[in-house]
Amino acid sequence: MISLILSTATRYLLPLLLLFSVFVLLRGHNEPGGGFVGGLVASAALALYSIAYGVAAARRMLRIDPRALIGVGLLIAIGSGLLSMARGLPFLTGLWVERELPLLGKVGTPLLFDVGVFLVVIGVVLTIIFALSEE
Amino acid sequence: MRDLLLVLPLLIPLSTAVIGLLFWSRPHLQRALATVGAGLLLASGLGLLVSVRHGGIHTVQVGAWPAPFGITLAADLFSAIMVVLTGLIGLAAVLYSLGSMDAHRERFGYYPLVHILLLGVCGAFLTGDIFNLYVWFEVMLISSFVLMALGGERAQLEGAIKYVTLNLMSSALFLAAVGVLYGIAGTLNMADLSKTLRATPRPDLVLAPAMLLLVAFGIKAAIFPLFFWLPASYHTPPVAVSALFAGLLTKVGVYAMIRVFTLLFDHHAHSAHLIILVASGLTMVTGVLGAVAQNELRRILSFHIISQIGYMIMGLGLFTPISLAGSIFYIAHHIIVKTNLFLISGLVFQLQGSYQLKRLGGLYRKHPGLAALFLTPALSLAGMPPLSGFWAKLILVKAGLELQQYLIVAVSLMVSLLTLFSMLKIWNEAFWKAAPAEHSASLSRGTQLALFLPVLGLAAITLWIGLMPEPLFSLSEQAAQQLVDPTEYIRRTLGE
Repeated sequence: MISLILSTATRYLLPLLLLFSVFVLLRGHNEPGGGFVGGLVASAALALYSIAYGVAAARRMLRIDPRALIGVGLLIAIGSGLLSMARGLPFLTGLWVERELPLLGKVGTPLLFDVGVFLVVIGVVLTIIFALSEE
Repeated sequence: MRDLLLVLPLLIPLSTAVIGLLFWSRPHLQRALATVGAGLLLASGLGLLVSVRHGGIHTVQVGAWPAPFGITLAADLFSAIMVVLTGLIGLAAVLYSLGSMDAHRERFGYYPLVHILLLGVCGAFLTGDIFNLYVWFEVMLISSFVLMALGGERAQLEGAIKYVTLNLMSSALFLAAVGVLYGIAGTLNMADLSKTLRATPRPDLVLAPAMLLLVAFGIKAAIFPLFFWLPASYHTPPVAVSALFAGLLTKVGVYAMIRVFTLLFDHHAHSAHLIILVASGLTMVTGVLGAVAQNELRRILSFHIISQIGYMIMGLGLFTPISLAGSIFYIAHHIIVKTNLFLISGLVFQLQGSYQLKRLGGLYRKHPGLAALFLTPALSLAGMPPLSGFWAKLILVKAGLELQQYLIVAVSLMVSLLTLFSMLKIWNEAFWKAAPAEHSASLSRGTQLALFLPVLGLAAITLWIGLMPEPLFSLSEQAAQQLVDPTEYIRRTLGE
């Protein structure tokens, strides 16, 4: 049964939580936060959606299989490590953009790695939650 | 280029697993991917071995963080040999899986899991940091837990529970030891630890983490009083998984033990080497006696793993360059032979539908080729010339005689004899005696190829090592030299 209160609240909370998760991800650069917590916040938002509207609806909204998210996230993380090897530096060495970008500040491969972590966490948590609630 | 060679054995299995994850519901693609990945891993291992042999120890400071602070990857000859063996066994197991793994397990990510396991094993061999070693152990263990339980058969879950519990206990001890070491030395980089421990003002304290690590790695390597989990669990998963575990996992424990007791505790823990030597003798004897009492093919082989582990750590206990070379030679020989025997037990099961010796028989008449394939690794395991096991035992016996440790030499020779007895028991029961019941299974041509190719390949390698032991022996000798005198390892790791 879909609860009216929960589903209405979710409609407002979902975008806020997702925005907040991105904020936490980007903040993780120099302050508390990062891909792991950000990913947890984002997956909490999606889990909330699946509780309010059912797992099938949540899967439809997500569009891709959460397992694929794990793969994509890991690939991004591996790629961020390989970029430095292309420059002749050891694996996973941080490379940084010269100029500060608006809003983001100084970005580099560690941010890319964090984005990978972000996706992996969402993928793992949702795979578990969806599997459990479909039982 | 060197950096790349050192990182590739980690990147290849990881990438293979990840790409496999993206094609979760496409088993055909996963099979192809897993095979290519395992082949590439073997190739990269060989590349690393050649490069290390010519260019000395390779190190990479990951993320360009300087040595004692960041995580260092380091490959000396011993590591490189182990990586090559990992690639070889990975390839053999994946090939065998192509012909034997059921669709159900394949759908639940069997192939990506195998590659994550290979990643953990390679990582453990290549890291130069003791906490990082712990992390790789966990990567390896967690994927092995899943592989052990995947499929959810009753016997499997029972075996998995024992396996998981004891291995988690060992992990806890390992972690505690790492904590104590950090408290004593203030560093986790193994090369730096080696230097600091040598100059420590409280050498008596060092014995505590040494013993903790001995027990932790002892559980993983299944040495004498700590081996019960192995025969309780290794015969439960599908054969390809058993073979992979039998070949690689306990040997990671042995590797870690050798690494730690040559690099970190060579100065303080003389008593530790004595304990290891005693444990090695007891491990050999209990393992082989356990095997004599068994009547299930894979359980017999599981007990023989234990007995063989005794030989590997016997070299460590004697602690001379030649005995360590013997250990390394023995590990290489054993990994190939033991994996092969497990694969053959799977073939026997495919042909006759049982692992129980009572229900088997007549294989020599029906499949003489398979009988020859069985005899090669079986006699090699028992140490018959001219197979690889003979040379492995010869080196160890020679090392023992040089040190006048007659007791351990006598034990090792007696255990060889019992091993031969046990292998002949399998031969008599499964191959020689008349078949108790007609059970004819026909395999398709493609399946046959996938099942026989790895067995043939591994048997050929056993024979090759047996006929030409010199290349592997000189390689082991050089590797042992690097272990006995770790100054170059320390210098290269710390980048001085």
